[in-house]
Amino acid sequence: MILNQFLLLAAVLFCIGVYGVLARRNGIMVLMSVEIILNSVNINLVAFGAFRDNVAGEVFALFVIAVAAAEVGIGLAIVLLIYRNRRSIDLTEADLLKG
Amino acid sequence: MTSPVVLAAAASGGDLFVAQNVFFGVIALVMVVSALRCVTTSNVVHAALWLVLVLAGAAAQFILLGSEFVAVTQVLVYIGAIIVLFLFGIMLTKASMGDDDSVATEKRLMASLVAVLLAVVMGVALLDSYSDTRLVIDEPQRFGAVSDAIFSQYIVAFEAVSVLLLAALIGAIVVARKE
Repeated sequence: MILNQFLLLAAVLFCIGVYGVLARRNGIMVLMSVEIILNSVNINLVAFGAFRDNVAGEVFALFVIAVAAAEVGIGLAIVLLIYRNRRSIDLTEADLLKG
Repeated sequence: MTSPVVLAAAASGGDLFVAQNVFFGVIALVMVVSALRCVTTSNVVHAALWLVLVLAGAAAQFILLGSEFVAVTQVLVYIGAIIVLFLFGIMLTKASMGDDDSVATEKRLMASLVAVLLAVVMGVALLDSYSDTRLVIDEPQRFGAVSDAIFSQYIVAFEAVSVLLLAALIGAIVVARKE
């Protein structure tokens, strides 16, 4: 195996995730795309950890997983609140802070 | 960037390399296709199920990279907990809204432009800097080494993460609570 195949896979997944965040209007779909992005970062971290033969990559991948769990919890709570207030989770309609 | 160890290992296990590369290719293909389906499908429940495939593929890649602990955690936390959270979120918000219609076309075009440009930039940078750096996994990382590192070198970060999780838990309850 070469290091680059993992890095390129992660880059492709990252770009797919970015597309999802930008193109989708459904709040839950945006959160799912963020999960794809975080996963691609994890692949990068673990690949570099294996490459340098260092546990730091794995440790930080675990931290990223924990933070992602917290992020999903808060994110879904916010989406739920938006739904409760507006009966819709279309993010283009959530423009209260727009001047 | 090739150390003597790497060269020796490369000389010995040729068959293993082929097998690893085949597995990598299959899993990577599945991951990319499911990720694409996940961000383009209009059914939100299907998107969550495609996301399961992406996450499982990532777990398989972690095993291929020799870090079983991260792979197990990935399955437990992501597929076990986060996907269930997503499915609950979908149910609670009746998120059957068709999402993709009318105004979305221009937005989708711009988003794919950004994604493709980003892919080109990152791809060129990666090919330029790591074009044939070999990666040899001769033995998996030990659980013990990982936990030793977490509980000694990274203990502060570990405690910070646990406080963060607690804060997120309380915060989610406070935000989502009915008045």
